[in-house]
Amino acid sequence: MFLINCPYCGKRDQSEFSCGGEAHIVRPKQPTELSDDQWAEYLFMRKNIKGVQFERWNHAHGCRKWFNMVRDTSNDKIHAVYKMGEKPPVE
Amino acid sequence: MKNKYSIFSLIKNAFSQHENWKQAWGDPEPKREYEAIIIGGGGHGLATAYYLAKKHNMRNIAVLEKGWIGGGNTGRNTTIIRSNYLWDASAGLYDHALKIWENLSQELNYNIMFSQRGVMNLAHNLQDVRDLKRRTHANRLNGIDAVWLNTNQVKEFCPIINTSPDIRYPVLGGTLQRRAGTARHDAVAWGYARGADEMGVDIIQNCEVKGIKRNGDQVEGVETSKGFIKTKKIGVVAAGHSSVIANMAGLKLPLESKPLQALVSEPVKPIIDTVVMSNAVHAYVSQSDKGELVIGAGTDAYVSYTQRGSHDVVEGTLKAILELYPIFSRMKMLRQWGGIVDICPDASPIISKTNIKGLYFNCGWGTGGFKATPGSGDLFAHTIANDEPHKLNAAFNLNRFVSGDLVDEHGAAAVAH
Repeated sequence: MFLINCPYCGKRDQSEFSCGGEAHIVRPKQPTELSDDQWAEYLFMRKNIKGVQFERWNHAHGCRKWFNMVRDTSNDKIHAVYKMGEKPPVE
Repeated sequence: MKNKYSIFSLIKNAFSQHENWKQAWGDPEPKREYEAIIIGGGGHGLATAYYLAKKHNMRNIAVLEKGWIGGGNTGRNTTIIRSNYLWDASAGLYDHALKIWENLSQELNYNIMFSQRGVMNLAHNLQDVRDLKRRTHANRLNGIDAVWLNTNQVKEFCPIINTSPDIRYPVLGGTLQRRAGTARHDAVAWGYARGADEMGVDIIQNCEVKGIKRNGDQVEGVETSKGFIKTKKIGVVAAGHSSVIANMAGLKLPLESKPLQALVSEPVKPIIDTVVMSNAVHAYVSQSDKGELVIGAGTDAYVSYTQRGSHDVVEGTLKAILELYPIFSRMKMLRQWGGIVDICPDASPIISKTNIKGLYFNCGWGTGGFKATPGSGDLFAHTIANDEPHKLNAAFNLNRFVSGDLVDEHGAAAVAH
């Protein structure tokens, strides 16, 4: 359990948010041209990093807006929060 | 067996104040090369090594464990064993394990305290009733024992359940698998370790894998905290850390690692003599031989490798437990912990070859791997020894995420997650 600094609402309890998984997975531009391997990569394969990871979160019980987060999964420490469409911060 | 446990050895050792028992497994330094290496000394890894040695005559093998054996999810689960899964592939896999469980204490000469006290799964709404009835029919077609109980029969089987119709999620019935039950989780790891050690398997603790060496498409060995070890075959059974090991070999897996929590209460006199699970309200409970209530909570909905878990998850579970069992309202919880579980998109495990020669993965057991321990070890050993899957784990290959032939047990099993 930890506090999340929502870029729209400020600090709130983590239980107000839902995690949307790994961030910056781009939907294929030409879906009809994808091979099965490429689809599997897009749909299922995840980095699942132990360490600093980029994620999407949604303030489900608040403003209901999506945003991105940089979090260390080995200790749940949040390094940065940034809005959708913004460039991810360089570590 | 050089140090067979029996009533006679117990009496004999009583005369020497139990001070002369031999160590059950050794503490060897790693050799420079092995025929095969198993990464991960939990129940599944130790069982794999045991069956590799026993059934496939591979004795020059090692199990590498970064901590101590059975210190990960093997020692952190709620020890529930059952095989009442919906789909044929899952039913085959888990019932294979259950059949091994039934004779495992005798086979290992180690009391794993397997107790077939039954597992009951509750239904709280009409869709639950339909799903669970469907599952009992599917189970019986697969030769797995399952019965449907109505509300009165549920109450009769477990009298402390609140079956009042005016609770938020009333009990509308349930299924019962009588062959299901629990086992002592630590003893499973220790029993397999002792059995494997006796056949010459090196169990190397405090040995963390730091890298996997490849020569093109073939593995050549592992880099560890105790130096480089050469091998042609690597079986990875690293549970929550599977993706970390996969990354060392340049692979990506369809897994997400999340903390799953459990907790136990203060010990009390026998009050619940079965295992009761409820999918809809997410609460399951049994009682250990020490008298503690063993309660399983849920996973956190985000990737994390901290073996803790969030407080609100425990709170939600305990709310449900109290509504179903008002009798527990004044009990105190003693301990709470988390284990990191690796979850597949279809909530089914992976016991599979990879496209790297000599690299095998046994992972993705998610929130329910303990029950499969003996079967998982047996089938993974078969896969490693023959370089092809057994027919019971053929469906659980890594390629199913490319072909789309998933074993979608999410919500289809009796799982409470």
